Formats: sequence, C-alpha cells, structure tokens
Amino acid sequence: MSIITDMLQGLGRAQFFLLSIIGAIPSALLRPRLLVQQLYTVGVMSLIIIVISGSFVGMVLALQGYRTLVDFGAAESLGVFVAVVIVRELGPVVTALLFAGRAGSALAAEIGLMKATDQLSGMEMMAVDPIKRVIAPRFIAGLIAMPLLSMIFAMMAIGIAGGHAIGVNLLGVDDGAYWSQIHSSLHWEDIRDSLVKSAVFGAAVSWIAVYQGYHAAPTSEGVSRATTSTVVVSSLAILALDFILTAFMFH
Amino acid sequence: MTTSVSDDAALVRVRGLRFSHGPRVIYDGVDVDIPRGKVTAIMGPSGTGKTTLLRIIGGQWQPAAGTVEFDGVNVHTLRRKALYELRKRMGMLFQNGALLTDLSVFENVAFPMREHTDLPESMIRDLVLMKLEAVGLRGARDLFPSQLSGGMSRRVGLARAIALDPDLVMYDEPFTGQDPISMGVLMRLIRSLNDALGLTSIVVSHDVEEVLSISDYAYVIASGKVLASGTPDSIRNSDSPYVQQFLRGEPDGPVAFHYKAAAYADDLMNKGKKA
Repeated sequence: MSIITDMLQGLGRAQFFLLSIIGAIPSALLRPRLLVQQLYTVGVMSLIIIVISGSFVGMVLALQGYRTLVDFGAAESLGVFVAVVIVRELGPVVTALLFAGRAGSALAAEIGLMKATDQLSGMEMMAVDPIKRVIAPRFIAGLIAMPLLSMIFAMMAIGIAGGHAIGVNLLGVDDGAYWSQIHSSLHWEDIRDSLVKSAVFGAAVSWIAVYQGYHAAPTSEGVSRATTSTVVVSSLAILALDFILTAFMFH
Repeated sequence: MTTSVSDDAALVRVRGLRFSHGPRVIYDGVDVDIPRGKVTAIMGPSGTGKTTLLRIIGGQWQPAAGTVEFDGVNVHTLRRKALYELRKRMGMLFQNGALLTDLSVFENVAFPMREHTDLPESMIRDLVLMKLEAVGLRGARDLFPSQLSGGMSRRVGLARAIALDPDLVMYDEPFTGQDPISMGVLMRLIRSLNDALGLTSIVVSHDVEEVLSISDYAYVIASGKVLASGTPDSIRNSDSPYVQQFLRGEPDGPVAFHYKAAAYADDLMNKGKKA
C-alpha cells in the first residue's frame, strides 16, 4: 500500500517539477551558450557508444535476417528487414536505453552532486533560479539530442557499418537490391514516427534524470541512489512508452 | 554601500520564530536582532539549527510561525521576484564555499555579476580582480575549485558573496575543519571586510573563542531557545550553567554525558529482558 502511495506522491512531485521546467524553457532558450554546452555534454559525449552499438545491432540483424530470408529465396529483401526493424523499433528504443545509461545517469549524478555540495542553494541565495540556470538547459538538450542520436544510430545500423557491411560486403546480397528495396518499402511516415518516438523517449529520460538529481538526498548515498534509479526508471519508462506509442502508430 | 530604507538599528529582526523539521522542533519562539554594521555571532552546539536560521533569513525555508524582517521588509510574505531582488542584497558563504565546480575561480566570482548586471566585460574583470584581491587570491583566478584547498574555496566563496556589494553577509560555519593559519586568515577577513565595506555580518559557528574574538554581539542558541545574548564579554561572564559548559567545553553538566537511559544498576540486573 505504501509503495503505491509513495509512487503516486513521486509522480505528483515530478509533474509539478516538469511544469516549473516548462515555465523556465523560454528564459533558457534566450541563453544559447548554456544550451550548446549541454548539447555537447549530453549529445556529443554519447556519440561513441551510439555509433558503436548501432553498428553491432545492424550487423547482428543482418546475420539473423539473412539466415531466415535465404530459406525463402528472399535474401534480396535483407535491406528492408534491417531498415524496418531499426527505424520502427530498435533505433529509438536501443538509443534511448543507451542514452539513459550514458547521459541520464551522468545528468542525475551531476545535479545530485551540485545539490549535495550546496551549489544549488548557493545559486538560490545569489538570486539565480537553478531551474532556469541548471535544469532547463539540460532538459532541452536531452530533448534535442535524442532524435539526432537515434537517427545516427539508424544510419550506422542500416547503411554505413551494420547491415550493409554484413549483407552486401560479406554475404553477397546485391547492393542495388539492398538499397532499392529499402527505398520502396520504407515510408516517410516510418521515419516521422521514429523521430516522434525518439523525442518522447528523450523527454522522458531527461525528465527522470533531472528530477532524480534535483530531488536526491544531499549525501553521497543519495547521489548514488539517484543515479541508479534514473537508469532503472528510465528503462522501464522507455519500454512502456514504446508499447503505447507503437500501439497508437499501428495501422 | 549600505542602502538602508529605514534607520532602524537592526538590519535583520527575527520575532517569535518557530520552525520544525518533521517532528523535531528546531526553534521554539526565538527573537534575534542583527545590528547594522556589526559582526554578530550565532553560537550553539551542533544540530541546533544554526544553519537553518540563515536559510530562514535568506527566505529559502519558511518558518512555521513568527516573522523575519530584513531592513523592515518581511522576508516570507514576499513574492518570488521580490524575494530574489532582496537576496541580491544578501551574500552567503556556505560551509565549503559551494563554488560551481565547472567554472574557474574568476568565473565563480563573476557569476553573480554576469547573472544580474549588464556590465561590460572589462568592468567585470576589474571588479572580479578587486574582489579577489580583497581575499588575497588574485593569483588563483585561473584555478578550478577542485584545485583549491578548503580555506581557499571559502575565501573564493567570500569574494563571490561580496561580488554584488551586499548589505548583509552570512557565514555558515566558516572555521570548521580549518588549520590555524587559514582560520586566522578567515577571521581577519570577516572582521576587516565588515568594517571596510560597511557590511553587516552574521557568523554562525561553534568555535567559541575565535568567533567571540571578532564579533561585536553574540547569541547562544540551544534546544530551540536563545540562552544568552550580549557583547562577547557579557557572554563570557554569563551565569547560565549551560552557557558556561558550552564555552568551556566541559563534558558533563546541563548537557549530560550520558544519553537518556534507565538507571544503570536496574539495567544490569534485568539480564536477558528487553528494556
């Protein structure tokens, strides 16, 4: 019983927190330098893990897809298989999970440490609103970075290193067929939905991360707990949201 | 630099303050006056909420009852914007400086100026160097907080606290964990900055001798009440046994050495039974 009330309390607090972040977004947008800094730490610093994971996920998909498709003589459709799976599902979801582990945990730890070392109350006493100065830029950066990272993940998985390298260069699928089948079966709506999913996941992960950091107990134990629960709660939220979004986009 | 609205002798006036942390009562009707232009010490054992008092004066926490007036304005009835305006007239030095770890010493001191003023870069540079010179750390301007010792961090925090030329500076345990030299430096700085800049200072501490030697007025607060107040000399000569125990650091007295327990003999006789 207390678990449920605790959860509801947390949800309520998190919603009010989100409202105050949204209220602070205009003034954060007026300070592009802070935003660019955060885009760098949240986005650029996550690039390596996204690029490498994207390549491997694409390569595995190509191997597995080829084994099944070749029995039906449909190995030429390998491109479509990889592209549809990546763009519709794995791209946004895996990117978001990696993003939660790399950027979300770092955000929560950073903000939690700022709280534990009185930096946030220090700002308040200097008449600087930490929501505007610290939280909002990080939230917006996460929101912008996630769709971009997810597209980079998809490009790595489908074309540059993953599926193309294995399917075309190693297993001998025809290069022209690989691309032309992707071209004819992957629609604009798929990419749009993929971007929508990524943006929603980005918002969710950033929201959870800044909330956990800002409401962490101001001790080293509190910071470590905030980091852990950011990753756990984000992962659950991503998978649940993915189901909901997919159900709505299904037609 | 004091821009006083009223000619009141007290810059901060606390009346009937009540505050509790959950079930724990921190303040149970406390009256404190912080005289203008003076250094006032707030002393008391750990956990009596000395820091809490500073946060209440700064408007970060709301009292359960009572009023806090800063220069004639009730801090806790202000709307957020007016409160932030008021806070520009207060500087606070946190226990460990609370420097922003991703900014250099120079940028930390420049931070309040950049946030609140439109001064040109050259003027900000001059002002920051002046503030850093006042705390003796002009040469450390390019260091980062992780490269500073505890005492240096506090001095940078102090330079930042006076960056906007406030009326009031609040020091939260400035001497804790300092070696004698940096303690001496901080003591001299608190006194000399107060007199040179015409500030009003509140020093929260339990380093009794040090803080009494630099203050003009002192309060001893314990278990939610003001136990003694007056000039340092009158505090030293106070006839309250508690204050005497606190000043001399005696292990037993009104604050007992033993935590509340059943009688010793009874406890030993009741073998195996849970008390």
